[in-house]
Amino acid sequence: MAEAFEPKIVAFLCRWCAGAGADLAGTSRLHYPPNAIPIRVNCSGRVDMEWVVEAFRSGADGVLIGGCHPGDCHYVSGNYKTRRRVYLLRKVLSEMGIEPERVRLEWVSATEGAKFARVMREFVAELKGLGPLHLEAAERPAEPIAARERV
Amino acid sequence: MPNPRPDARGPRIGVFVCHCGKNIAGTVDVERVVEALARYPGVAYAARHEYMCSDPGQDVIKRAIKDHRLTGVVVAACSPTMHETTFRAAAEDAGLNPYLLEIANIREGCSWVHDGPETTEKAIRITRAAVEKVKGNHPLTPIEVGHAEKCLVIGGGVSGIQAALDIANAGFEVLLVERSPSIGGRMAQLSETFPTLDCSQCILTPKMVEAARHPRIRLLTYSEVESVTGYLGNYRVVIRKKPTYVDPDKCNLCGDCAKVCPVKVPDEFNRGLSSRAAIYVPFPQAVPSSYTLDEQNCLGLNPLRCGECAKVCTVGAINYDMREEWIEEDVGAIVVATGYDLYGKEKMAEYGAGTVPDVIDALEFERILSAGGPTRGEIRRPSDGKVPKEVVFIQCSGSRDPELHKPYCSKICCMYTAKHALLYRHNVHDGTAYVFYIDIRAGGKEYEEFVVRAMEDERILYLRGKVAKVYRDGDKVIVWGVDTLTGKRIEVAADLVVLAQAMVPSAGTEELARKLHIACGGEGFLKEAHPKLRPLEALTAGIFLAGAAHGPKDIPEAVAQGSGAAAKAIAILSAPTLTHSPEVAEVDEDLCSGCAVCVPQCPYGAITPGDVAQVNELLCEGCGTCVAACPSGAMRMRNQTDDQVKRMIRVALGEPVGVGRG
Repeated sequence: MAEAFEPKIVAFLCRWCAGAGADLAGTSRLHYPPNAIPIRVNCSGRVDMEWVVEAFRSGADGVLIGGCHPGDCHYVSGNYKTRRRVYLLRKVLSEMGIEPERVRLEWVSATEGAKFARVMREFVAELKGLGPLHLEAAERPAEPIAARERV
Repeated sequence: MPNPRPDARGPRIGVFVCHCGKNIAGTVDVERVVEALARYPGVAYAARHEYMCSDPGQDVIKRAIKDHRLTGVVVAACSPTMHETTFRAAAEDAGLNPYLLEIANIREGCSWVHDGPETTEKAIRITRAAVEKVKGNHPLTPIEVGHAEKCLVIGGGVSGIQAALDIANAGFEVLLVERSPSIGGRMAQLSETFPTLDCSQCILTPKMVEAARHPRIRLLTYSEVESVTGYLGNYRVVIRKKPTYVDPDKCNLCGDCAKVCPVKVPDEFNRGLSSRAAIYVPFPQAVPSSYTLDEQNCLGLNPLRCGECAKVCTVGAINYDMREEWIEEDVGAIVVATGYDLYGKEKMAEYGAGTVPDVIDALEFERILSAGGPTRGEIRRPSDGKVPKEVVFIQCSGSRDPELHKPYCSKICCMYTAKHALLYRHNVHDGTAYVFYIDIRAGGKEYEEFVVRAMEDERILYLRGKVAKVYRDGDKVIVWGVDTLTGKRIEVAADLVVLAQAMVPSAGTEELARKLHIACGGEGFLKEAHPKLRPLEALTAGIFLAGAAHGPKDIPEAVAQGSGAAAKAIAILSAPTLTHSPEVAEVDEDLCSGCAVCVPQCPYGAITPGDVAQVNELLCEGCGTCVAACPSGAMRMRNQTDDQVKRMIRVALGEPVGVGRG
């Protein structure tokens, strides 16, 4: 009997805004699906785009990056840099045959627990619509990147 | 439980899972988490406790660190913002470097937001990922650093003055920088203060004098902060003191110079309701008590072109050759108290966009009410000097209007409008005062009583509703509004309209914030480190916020925040040494090619380019933006390397951990 598809997600959350928002969702007992494993970073600017690729290679169907709203970055401007990097990564991913929607960048403030829960629900639903990521098909063009990574 | 298959040589991690009463154990099968982790590679010991943060719970960790010679610890419990400090201190007590302990958040991010068997599975994945992180952690020591024992206070309003006085009274030197010729700020412009009707200047000027006379306060008026470099405890500030062309030690305020000055320009202190000469003193009680020659408007700073003021100055205080001074100082902490402006009348087309002379702003009305103001305290309107018999006060002018103006409540306008209307009635007994309001927000000590007094005892007509349009008709100002309580349209032919405009950060706040590497929020007010728990601190360590530059607030709040910011600054200035987190970026010099991609990524200017990049670890706040940008992997984040995170990712996504699914 085939089990319903449950997407696997890695969520990189900055500690000051998105991570605090996730904490608030917890404190407020706002339920959302358990598909994402959170990894805390100081700033969304710390999220190396290679991590996103690594997540996809390790079986993730989606990656969430949560940072502070524009203008609110604890480190002044890290979120702006993340926004540019994600923009580029999405282009690269689509050339590799991976739907760019699988990388989701969200601004969640420390007071937006409800938004965090909503984002999680939406993202899981969206990934269910996209279905599992079949990297075998997409991985061959990705090889040069993977090779460069080891140098 | 000890690991049934221990590895003699590798890491020996201890995992401690908290029940948190029912908070975690209610949805997570804690025993299964312990079992799963006890078998996990690198884990030497796993245990659980009802309340890990309790003393007995901490003892479980401490004992295990010693008994099982643990090389790292993971506590699976609440969010690290709650008890990371608690557990790291416990680890240190037991002889383990605190940076070898990590929290796996299985409460806020797991047990509280899910139910069903997947909750336990997720808790196991989160905890395993934390174990992978600890495996890669290194023992670290906080960086110790000395500091300067001086404080910079930017802004000489009541909040800045209070901060400067408190710091100086605690025994530390203060530089108080104010860009206008006198300290005093907005409060010096006010007539009376709500709800007590204290004379504003009478309660402010003693503080101004005290600041000026204080042996440990160096007053730098007519000065601006040019640059700030450095870090917590060791900021290097450069201040530009503009020339006033008047020696304050010689000037005796006789005023002869201003009488002969041929220049007349609008007087800023009176909001343009009167004029001043090019050589002027903003108000009689100005501190320092000295005239200032405004070089923008002076005919030439030159005895050949005019020189009238120098000719009549009997004490020889005027010196056209005065030049700007550059002052460089090292300070340990900085208090930013740069205050507010009013949202511009010209931006509000519905109220005449600043073109109707008898539509004035709240500070203009304060000046009209002031005994030292343009009308000597008599209420006369600007257009023709007549005493207005019908005055309309419009609250929320520009506030609480997300479509057109500012979305926020400016907090003090309900109160000062009540005061304005009340003082108007005291001055013009046969006058009528109307107040248009959306809601009355009078949360403060004796504030509600004050508004009730205005409404009931002073017979001020409060009309609940917004004003749609204000326009000039002959010598009247027509106000179209609506009373939402009766549903009727209202038209008032007023003699004077007073707008209670939104408070906005003072001009230049954003530019200063950039110099200080601190952030402004969406509306331009300076941003605090945490809205609830760190309201006095900026996001950059060692910089504190005070007064209305941080958000709309009234005088007692601005003073309290000034004192609070001072206490925070004193904590730094009085510490023997300061510590800085060692979890910062570092460069692997073997890998770095000197490409300098990292340099512009750093918001703190902590990276110096060269053959290899160098990180000033005291400037680095540990955001890691440079690390993510480094193309060669030379830039590393201590205890959060790419390798560590990639291992965490793999473990987080690894094979199902196989609990409770059947």
